[in-house]
Amino acid sequence: MSDAVSTSVPAILSANRISKSFGDIPVLFSIDFDIRPGEVHAIIGENGAGKSTLIKILSGIEQPTSGSITYDGKTVVLPPNGQAAAMGIVVIHQELLLAEHLSVADSIFLGRELRSGPFLQLKEMREKTREILAALDVNIDPDARINTLSVADKQMVEIAKAISRDARVIIMDEPTAVLSVAETKTFFEQIRRLTAKGVAVIFISHKLDEIMELADRVTVLRDGQLIATVGTENLTPDSIAQMMVGRELSNLYPPKHEPDVDAEVLLSVRGLSAPGISDISFDLRRGEILGFAGLIGSGRTAVAEAVVGLTRKTAGTVTVRGAPADYTHVAQSLDAGLAYMTKDRKGRGLLLNAGLQPNLTLLTLKKHMKYGFLDGRSEEQALDRAVRRFDVRARDPSVAVGKLSGGNQQKLMLGKTMESDPDIVIMDEPTRGIDVGTKQQIYHIIAALAAEGKAIIVISSEMQEVIGLSHRVVVMRQGRMAGVLEGAEISEAEIMRYAAGIKQGGENDRLSA
Amino acid sequence: MTVSVPETAAKPQKGFKLDFKTAGPLIALILLVILGYSLNPAFLNEGNITNLLTRSAFIGIIAVGATFVITAGGIDLSVGSMAAFIAGMMIIIMNSAVSSMGASVWTVLLGVGCSLILGIGAGYINGFLTTKAKIEAFIVTLGTMGIYRSLVTYFADGGTLSLNSGAREIYRPVYYDSFLRVPYPVWVFILVAVIGWILMNRTAFGRYCMAIGSNEQVARYSAIKVDRVRTWTYILQGLCVSLATIIYVPRLGSASSATGVLWELEAIAAVIIGGTMLKGGYGRIGGTVIGALILTAIGNILNLTDIISNYLNGAVQGVIIVAAVYLQRGSFKRAVRKKAE
Repeated sequence: MSDAVSTSVPAILSANRISKSFGDIPVLFSIDFDIRPGEVHAIIGENGAGKSTLIKILSGIEQPTSGSITYDGKTVVLPPNGQAAAMGIVVIHQELLLAEHLSVADSIFLGRELRSGPFLQLKEMREKTREILAALDVNIDPDARINTLSVADKQMVEIAKAISRDARVIIMDEPTAVLSVAETKTFFEQIRRLTAKGVAVIFISHKLDEIMELADRVTVLRDGQLIATVGTENLTPDSIAQMMVGRELSNLYPPKHEPDVDAEVLLSVRGLSAPGISDISFDLRRGEILGFAGLIGSGRTAVAEAVVGLTRKTAGTVTVRGAPADYTHVAQSLDAGLAYMTKDRKGRGLLLNAGLQPNLTLLTLKKHMKYGFLDGRSEEQALDRAVRRFDVRARDPSVAVGKLSGGNQQKLMLGKTMESDPDIVIMDEPTRGIDVGTKQQIYHIIAALAAEGKAIIVISSEMQEVIGLSHRVVVMRQGRMAGVLEGAEISEAEIMRYAAGIKQGGENDRLSA
Repeated sequence: MTVSVPETAAKPQKGFKLDFKTAGPLIALILLVILGYSLNPAFLNEGNITNLLTRSAFIGIIAVGATFVITAGGIDLSVGSMAAFIAGMMIIIMNSAVSSMGASVWTVLLGVGCSLILGIGAGYINGFLTTKAKIEAFIVTLGTMGIYRSLVTYFADGGTLSLNSGAREIYRPVYYDSFLRVPYPVWVFILVAVIGWILMNRTAFGRYCMAIGSNEQVARYSAIKVDRVRTWTYILQGLCVSLATIIYVPRLGSASSATGVLWELEAIAAVIIGGTMLKGGYGRIGGTVIGALILTAIGNILNLTDIISNYLNGAVQGVIIVAAVYLQRGSFKRAVRKKAE
């Protein structure tokens, strides 16, 4: 990989001894960073390590407190507000910034439409778009509306947009966080195609295996300090992880305690069908962690939402502790001791403008009532408890939750879910987009909850996570159960076989196990 | 992925920012009072203050209801027409009651009861159409606004509905009399504001309104019955309109197609001046009360002085609304910039 880019090629963009402070608070300390044409350079670090700030400085959104930026051999001051895009430095944000109602061609030419006089040259733009998309070898209709595209296609549109602007440096903030395995593969091919043309790609990710596969060099940040910049060939995922957290991560996953064979079945689902899923059957026992694996869009979330009453089921039965559970509203499932933690913590989990306390107690306000009125003291106590139990770190509890790091948001959301003291917890992507140190914390919390006697479902697109945590794994494919794995069968290869449809098994004999 | 800043940060600065945001409307009101007094000392006469407070009660009471609707992410444009419609219906009902059984306290109580039922019903219709029929609140209430306005014009046959003089004599004190030297409308305003404040800040309902206005999806996933809470905000709004109408009818004893014109915009203006966010998620009852007082005070000051023509009342109010919101955003922005530096 790295031999494709010889070290003799001068860097196209480099940061020289960059420091940045917000007020009195230093965030970056004298960082050196450079990227060469045709190179993929990954930046990794825990949440709060300074990755975002570094990216903002490299793209001109923030100005460094000290230090300089060199672009194309010249020391430059990058213009703010994304105008650096005109110079060839383009950022593709994690939350894709596309206007949902425009067409693909409109989006690609947004802000620099081709015109003759006052009129748009619609045909030319459509043609150009077709060419760019063809060059990327993606099959998207230039006339398609953005809101009809999959996330992966939207990302391709962003990339096409960057290419159409003759981008020389593309900065991507966790581009694969929302992609499935297959989509990630095509995405990587696109990146390689770009680098072959000499485009430099800066890439932030929490997924170490992806970084190993894609990046030529890796820069590790920790607490605003540059820890190292290393060629990928000299690294292993373990050594990167170690550099990130500065300590050994020997036990990322806690040891598994098998649930008792005769443990009570808390949740039982038979023949469940709902929009997007059909014929789902499984049992969940006290103390058990049941993993749900599968590609994105395979219906895992739809199962959870149908079980807790967020969507209506069309067929089948759900029983909680032997009692029929035909919930039409989340409040009912909550009362029955069944809680669902969404994967979309920003869109569905937390009120980003509100402080910690209203977020924590929103699900369970009824517990904090006194004579019909809210009891602020009781809410505060709940927050104190949750902050201690789940190690939520915020500089003060009134800070807007949107300003917390992803890891802290996730831990707060976990606290919110657990406030309802459920017996059954469904966690959807409990560690999406958070750093490895916080992941480890959350894994241990999940295992501890199971050991306490909670029954837990973990839905995850990270196969390692499903494997590391689950006693049993349900693999979903196209809205159906492709297979159920247990014990030694739980392996990446086996899950993949079911998820991709290579292997199929209606192994109903296992369901009642 | 956010820029996370270490745990310690300057707190006092933040406290000041919050203080400014909450105290902003109050400071504006105090400045306005000082201005009014310096232009004409009669501004602070007991009679004028009483008059000002009584006048502000209508808009104020409606605006308290509007605070809930707006906080929960909705809007109600129908309140002015609804007030005219309810006033018209009250008068028709009371007049026919007088003709069948003579004027008595019961006639008035019948009118009041009908007003409450109509207000709650009209609010429920708005709520039902926005939540169950999934039509945007702006459109629903734009529609009901037109319906109520034309209904009152129809019932008044293009003219004015006047309350039977016997009934009016009995009803009159509700607007004109006082308790402890404070007029009844002001008492109603105080009561509505206090109950509204408690509802907003000390009950789950208020918290749910803020959550829904802030992010409906989060509310739904947090086991909040979004449709039910939303509908209740419109019902509360209807109830507030009916209360405002109950104290308004004895003032003139009549209703026409000109009754309550532009009240919806004044109510919304009071809410916004008070610091509630138009897009929802953050509501302040105390601010709304002050907003209503500011709007009424402007008209009052213009009446008492001849520096600016009274005809420019709306223009001055408009400037104040825009300036108030600019200042609220501006102070917020400054604080952010300060932090970023």
